[in-house]
Amino acid sequence: MNFDQARFSRDDEYEPLLSEKDSTTVEVDSEGVLPDDLTRDELTLPALSEPQLARHYTRLSQMNYSVELGPYPLGSCTMKYNPSFTEDVAADPNAGVHPDRSDRTIQGTLGLLHGLQEYLADIGGMDAVTLQPPAGAAGEFTGILVAKAYHESRGDDRSEIIIPSSAHGTNFASAAMAGYDVVELPSDDDGRVDMEALDAAVSEETAALMLTNPNTLGLFERDIVDIAELVHDAGGLLYYDGANLNALLGRARPGDMGFDIMHYNVHKTFATPHGGGGPGAGPVGVVDELAEFLPSPMVRETAAGYEQYEPESSIGKVHGFAGNWLVLVKAYAYIARLGDAGLADASAKAVLNANYLASQIDLEVPYGPFHHEFAATSGERDAADVAKRMLDYGVHPPTTKWPELVSQAMLTEPTEVEDKASLDDLAHAFNAAYADSDEALETAPSKTSARRIDQVSAARNPRLSWRALGDDE
Amino acid sequence: MTAGNGRRVGSPYAPHTDADEEAMLDAVGVDSAEDLFDIPDEVRFDGEFGVDSADEQELRNAMADLFSRNEELTEFLGRGHHAHYVPALVDDLSRRSEFLTSYTQYQPEIAQGFLQVLFEYQSMLVELTGLPVANCSMYDAATALAEAALLANRLRRGASGHRVLVPEHLHEGRLGVLENYLDGAAMEIGEYPMTDGAVDVDALADLVDDETVMVYAETPTVRGVIEERLADIGDLAHDNDALFCLGSDLVALALLEEPASVGADVVVGEAGALGLGTAYGMGLGIFATREEYLRQVPGRLVGVSEDSADMRAFTLTLQTREQHIRKERATSNICTNQAWVALRTAMHMAWLGPDRLVDLAERAVTDARDLAARLDELSGVKAPLYDRHHFREFVVRTDQPAPAITNDLAGRGFAVHALTDHHLQVCITDANADAADGLVAAFEEVI
Repeated sequence: MNFDQARFSRDDEYEPLLSEKDSTTVEVDSEGVLPDDLTRDELTLPALSEPQLARHYTRLSQMNYSVELGPYPLGSCTMKYNPSFTEDVAADPNAGVHPDRSDRTIQGTLGLLHGLQEYLADIGGMDAVTLQPPAGAAGEFTGILVAKAYHESRGDDRSEIIIPSSAHGTNFASAAMAGYDVVELPSDDDGRVDMEALDAAVSEETAALMLTNPNTLGLFERDIVDIAELVHDAGGLLYYDGANLNALLGRARPGDMGFDIMHYNVHKTFATPHGGGGPGAGPVGVVDELAEFLPSPMVRETAAGYEQYEPESSIGKVHGFAGNWLVLVKAYAYIARLGDAGLADASAKAVLNANYLASQIDLEVPYGPFHHEFAATSGERDAADVAKRMLDYGVHPPTTKWPELVSQAMLTEPTEVEDKASLDDLAHAFNAAYADSDEALETAPSKTSARRIDQVSAARNPRLSWRALGDDE
Repeated sequence: MTAGNGRRVGSPYAPHTDADEEAMLDAVGVDSAEDLFDIPDEVRFDGEFGVDSADEQELRNAMADLFSRNEELTEFLGRGHHAHYVPALVDDLSRRSEFLTSYTQYQPEIAQGFLQVLFEYQSMLVELTGLPVANCSMYDAATALAEAALLANRLRRGASGHRVLVPEHLHEGRLGVLENYLDGAAMEIGEYPMTDGAVDVDALADLVDDETVMVYAETPTVRGVIEERLADIGDLAHDNDALFCLGSDLVALALLEEPASVGADVVVGEAGALGLGTAYGMGLGIFATREEYLRQVPGRLVGVSEDSADMRAFTLTLQTREQHIRKERATSNICTNQAWVALRTAMHMAWLGPDRLVDLAERAVTDARDLAARLDELSGVKAPLYDRHHFREFVVRTDQPAPAITNDLAGRGFAVHALTDHHLQVCITDANADAADGLVAAFEEVI
């Protein structure tokens, strides 16, 4: 496939900034509105007409890659197609209500939230679900706070969270934010939890073990039942990071594996658009024993209709209101559209796609059997360079140099939405880039809007606003 | 996978033909995709969720029916979640799939468009706050406030205490989130009193001390009051080596005193008031601060660099602050944020431009003042309760029980918040201003 990304440019810039198209300073003279000493003196912003703005943003959109343009196989990110109709559903004017409305006047909204709580509980094998966390990392933080509240309620003061070294960076950061010390767990030779190391790490200080399953190499933690027993016997809880749930839909549930707490990344598994970095949503499911600690409010169904309530020993709030409502609507719509059969098929095709793609690339995949994602290695080639070269083939490259367990890792997750032809294109991009000359790799990409960007100078001399550019240009 | 009636029962978004599936299974060397699952029998799930697949049209109708169960009320509600009219351009362009269906910009060469929009968003926040560093989003105002407190605490590791002072009038959601974020850092929250709806600066002066790492104040407050002594509050904080964190929102910032000019070290607040509309509390958290705290900022930052063709280009930068590199020593656990909402907000701000943005802010003062005056004429009603300048909203004292009034108003098609037994809160913006006459008439009927 040949590819040239749109590139609007003049002189030494691509599309000019809004501020370069216009910069207007208005004096704020609010006589009769507020006393002068309560208002600012002036405000400088671009003053542009709607046609100018339409062109500005349309041009910028053309200088941006997306899942509707081609494959986006970022490992652990689950960049699947986002069904168009879910946008329309979320835009329903009746769906846009204010959080201060009384329960009886928003039965539709509460009905949807209740329905999604139930869907997610069933899918994860959990007993109760909060929808409040606004992203996966916020879900982790929420789940760890729930674990902390549980231990404290039993007068049990624990100080450690155990996390495999291959886990997502957010796990470590979320545990630390909740005030825990992190105990890092090495992997065994097969890329899974090292049971001996776990046995040594678990103690009466263990508040929880955070685990992704399948793990970040796409491998199912076969010893999960033993892992759960080990942690539970020490009085700890088991936390499931839902980033890789797309591998398991309808085939295994975290609750059945012994997990006590989990978060769901609905912008991954349930196809809500990633929006260039959010909004996401990170609902958290828990087993019965922990339900009383969930954030407030939850939604329940009564004879008189749906109502919000505060769980008995609630940890309180993790978002100012009820989380990312629009995202939750889209996730509900996706689950309802697919149903049991569609969800199970999504996982089957996601796993088939990953395995097929791996069979078509020349790069070694050191660990298996993997499910929805695999960590290939570019061996002697720099994975970041191979990735840059892949851009020239009109595909997005995988996640690079992570997890660190695999040297020069290219963590690849094609998802179920690619067909065979698209996977063949992707494999071609892998193989061509991998086989290319050192020079071609180091100078790539050339078909994208911008050429290779100098990360070092961006960090060394931070210029973070158009005002900062005025200083040195 | 097809059912007996020929209808596909698998995912409608998995495009495999039977022939392709066969070829792929052959290539992998298995008979069925099921053979690829390495799940021990003891944890296999063979139950059902009990959700039938639905076709798109059926489902859209069902969801429209569900949402129609929400009563159609004209909302005069605010308290941290505000809606202004969102222009069609924002809906239209933000839904372009190049923006909507892209990921975080880990490969900047192919994501210049979104990076530039985020850079422009940061730049507009810099213009509004007067502070040189703004990140490209927090989840909402509550989490932004909590992150500010954690930043203040990191800067004051050696302090003799770790207390954050917050106003008596603070949205319960913001207070709740703050409590949860501070718990793990062994920090505590102190509350300072307010007089007639605004900060009691003398009382605050008695409370702020060398154990204080941050003083937080808002303008407008959760009750709509415009604070008049921000610079004094900032001085009190600074005299005690504490940070001054100011909460506001984009529309208010266009009119009220520039945060930098009153000594704000961090500005947090809600940006979703532009670009998002009423969304059941979903928001967009502002986070702006001084240059010297740059390395302590949570969240994503877009910066300028050059590409190998010597062209100006944008990229995520200073990522060594972040969780995917720094893990448990990161400035925050935030990863996915509210980027697409920031894009919508930037578009809305650009659409307004400086003149109309200031006009919108002035209307937030005058419309609230006018509506309060009209309600104040009714017997048994005092509005506004506080003898202050207000922004968008104000508290109303009623002789009759407030909950009964809100019930009766709902019966007449209006949603108003009952704050206490005899206090209501009313919020007016350009989104509901045309219904103000109706609200006043309904009020007159129900009191």
